[in-house]
Amino acid sequence: MVATNKKGFGAALWDYLTTVDHKKIAIMYLIAGGFFFIIGGLEALAIRWQLVKPMNDFVSAGFYNELITMHGTTMIFLAAMPLIFAFMNAVVPLQIGARDVAFPFLNSLGFWLFLFGGIMLNVGWFTGGAADAGWTAYAPLSTTSLGEGVDYYVLGLQISGAGTLMGGINFLVTIVNMRAPGMTYMRMPLFTWTAFVASALILFAFPALTVGLFLMMFDRLFGSGFFDPAMGGNAVIWQHLFWIFGHPEVYILALPAFGIFSEIISTFAKKRLFGYTAMVFATVLIGFLGFMVWAHHMFTVGMGPAANSIFAVATMAIAVPTGIKIFNWLFTLWGGSIQINTPMLWALGFIPTFTLGGMTGVMVAAASADFQYHDTYFVVAHFHYVIVGGVVFALFAATHYWWPKMFGTVLDDKLGKITFWLFFTGFHLTFFIQHFLGLMGMPRRYWVYLEGQNLDLGNLISTIGAFLMGVGTIVLLINIIKTSVKNEKVSGDPWDARTLEWAIPSPPPFYNFKQLPLVRGLDPLWIEKTEGRKGMTPAEPLNDIHMPNNSFLPFVISLGLFIAGFGFIYQKHDLSWLIVLFIGMGITLGAMLVRSVKDDIGYHIHKEDLKKEAEE
Amino acid sequence: MKDWMGKIRTLSLFSFLVIILSACGKDNLTALVPKGYGAEQSFNVIIISILVMIVVFVVVMAIYVYVILKFRQRKGQEDQIPKQTEGNKTLEVVWTVIPILLLIIIAVPTIASTYDLADESQKEDSINVNVTGLQFWWNFEYANEEIQTSQELYIPVNERIYLNMMSSDVIHSFWVPSISGKMDVSPENENTMYIEAYEEGVYWGKCTEFCGDSHSLMDFKIVVVSQEEYDQWIDGMQNTDPEYTAETATAQEGQELFENSCISCHAIDASANHPVVGPNLADFSNRTKVSGISDFSKEEIVRWIVDPAEVKPGNGMLDAPYLQENSIGQEEAEKIADFLMELKATDEPVDSVQQFRENEANDN
Repeated sequence: MVATNKKGFGAALWDYLTTVDHKKIAIMYLIAGGFFFIIGGLEALAIRWQLVKPMNDFVSAGFYNELITMHGTTMIFLAAMPLIFAFMNAVVPLQIGARDVAFPFLNSLGFWLFLFGGIMLNVGWFTGGAADAGWTAYAPLSTTSLGEGVDYYVLGLQISGAGTLMGGINFLVTIVNMRAPGMTYMRMPLFTWTAFVASALILFAFPALTVGLFLMMFDRLFGSGFFDPAMGGNAVIWQHLFWIFGHPEVYILALPAFGIFSEIISTFAKKRLFGYTAMVFATVLIGFLGFMVWAHHMFTVGMGPAANSIFAVATMAIAVPTGIKIFNWLFTLWGGSIQINTPMLWALGFIPTFTLGGMTGVMVAAASADFQYHDTYFVVAHFHYVIVGGVVFALFAATHYWWPKMFGTVLDDKLGKITFWLFFTGFHLTFFIQHFLGLMGMPRRYWVYLEGQNLDLGNLISTIGAFLMGVGTIVLLINIIKTSVKNEKVSGDPWDARTLEWAIPSPPPFYNFKQLPLVRGLDPLWIEKTEGRKGMTPAEPLNDIHMPNNSFLPFVISLGLFIAGFGFIYQKHDLSWLIVLFIGMGITLGAMLVRSVKDDIGYHIHKEDLKKEAEE
Repeated sequence: MKDWMGKIRTLSLFSFLVIILSACGKDNLTALVPKGYGAEQSFNVIIISILVMIVVFVVVMAIYVYVILKFRQRKGQEDQIPKQTEGNKTLEVVWTVIPILLLIIIAVPTIASTYDLADESQKEDSINVNVTGLQFWWNFEYANEEIQTSQELYIPVNERIYLNMMSSDVIHSFWVPSISGKMDVSPENENTMYIEAYEEGVYWGKCTEFCGDSHSLMDFKIVVVSQEEYDQWIDGMQNTDPEYTAETATAQEGQELFENSCISCHAIDASANHPVVGPNLADFSNRTKVSGISDFSKEEIVRWIVDPAEVKPGNGMLDAPYLQENSIGQEEAEKIADFLMELKATDEPVDSVQQFRENEANDN
């Protein structure tokens, strides 16, 4: 069934537009997320170029504000989250021995909502200005921002946020319901565990964002006053709503990153994860505490010493389970046989980097000290250490680690190492010095800094580092092109790995497992291999496999919302745009109706065909 | 190989020294050399937490380096399978309990200083200043003295001053790193903080909450003076004359232009009765900077009047009718500048301000 190679471009495109296969959706997430990562990176380079010297005039103040806003928004919502989703889609069903996710249609819908939301956000660039109120969009700056930039932000995030919420629910149900026989909770690979907890966080965190965005949409488009003090509203409520979403968001990104590193470290140290049980509980605990600490983003808002102290201590508490994780990784390495290739290099680079990020996290958590750090480059340095040093490192690692599983080829190790060293050096050059810049009086989101304030050298070093990271990323792109052109196929288990996804061919057949595997413990494939078997013992006889049909409806539903978004935005200038709003909503609701009334029970792959395929 | 390693080591040591030596920054801006009570409190917690964190980092790095050196796979070991250890209860308890103890070491002084910095018990008996944040400047109203000024907050040395802060548009944040940590200035709740400076001088203030186009240019100063100078300044400000007549001829022409174009937003006397529209210009000749950022010179004043959009994009002055009407050119602006530079509260120049201007001239 490797039909894609024989099809023409149109047919392949149609296949991707309608696919409900989690592995193809994973590839689409990877491409779209990678694309937005590059956009966000270019925005970052423009920011750093503006700050290469004092009082630079490379970009205007207004454009700079759009750059910082879109850099943050793009990197969090359109790059990091989708890339995490790419690997969750590619790997989680395989790791738990499932044939698919629980709701394949919903999975596809989630992707298209994210993509159309992401495009919507960026349309602002071409229609008179992107969002310019910061990625946090604090009221009243956001509610009073002129133009449509913030409207694009509100509607784009709302659409793509709905997609994320669906994705989260889908993974929760998948992990609860679709595990192979014997895959108990305490035998789940750590990446699946972290995907599970991250999905639970999405379930609770994203509704807060949804509510906040609705209120802001009403304020901006329909003249309500939820965040307008003059109309009896409250501007600070936005900050609470935003951070009740925004703080867990950090863990939605970071926990799967921890999962990725747990897999990689254990594979290339050739040891089972040290303290697996503790790792699982630490993951759950971090997820739980992640919800309790949102107000540490607001120490200077004027909440008073009691609230500040409570949130300070609660925040510091997160360091304990995170510390447990760091030491467990170190002791997984201890006594192992450590093989240092590209994915492992990223994992080894991650440990000290993330430790530094975690340490400054505790420092920032100390409320009275935060009065100095808050909204300065110290904080910029801190969260880049966590999000780049944790999440982006993990995404690079995962790209190299799971590339063979997704595409059947291995990325070049030499080029991979060059990418790592360029990016790693560039990263520390960029952000380490920013801790000092912050304490030396450089606030964040500054378009220019004055001459003669001793901030020049630090900013220059920082900019040089940023460009090194850019070069590292280009090397990765070259690597991907080179590998794709060479197209040297590898076996299903090129790393001598431990978990279920490596028990099937690379790339996996569209039905994943011909027969569901029998899981007899943690690292199931490793257990079978140590007992001399080549693959997994099946848990069931060969049977017909039920598969879902492809569908174009998810694309149509998302397209409808995308069109309606323009209607919402421009009706504030001209009511005739309401027509666009109704057309868009009509398309969406119509497509949903079709989905509801049309019976689509999927199809079966017959066991005879499976047998025949095996013989070929 | 050895030689190469040596060079790397020297280079990294050298760059580390450069960072340390330059790490303190500009001494009236940096948070690393505290010159006030709040900054000192924050600094103490910063130091405690850094010390604890260095201990943690050293331990982690020691294990990390040991592990990588000792357990790295060597040639010929590819097929070796290490012992599969499950975990170790004792070790895991150790690295749970020790961090908790370390966090307590940080948490106790944090809570103590957080409460201390929120203490309002002395508010009644202290100088109270009502601070208003606007896009992109600051207004300071001395509550009991019934005067107001803009951009430069005069306070006596070693005295606790309470700031009652509100914004009249979006959220801003008041930060003078050398004197004290920051506090948000919100449009709906009045936030109160106190500051106390240990040394006379001019300290640089920044807005740290993203507030629009010229967020990065919303600078202000705290001018710390002796008690005697402070009393003199207050006295002078209370007696600034709204009916002031300029001395020189050009300044008189400037005053006329000012009264036609500027007076509806800018007052030239410090009386607190003026609504807060544009910065109050009383005592203008003692300003450390023009519009908070440019050197205090006639040239800069003229540049500001003629093209305020170039100096501070998006600021409120861009709505001034004279800009739409093009009624003030270079020549007129120079006359206005002459007039503004005559405005002063006392004949005595303020020591801190003089010193600051000299330092700035040397720095640039």
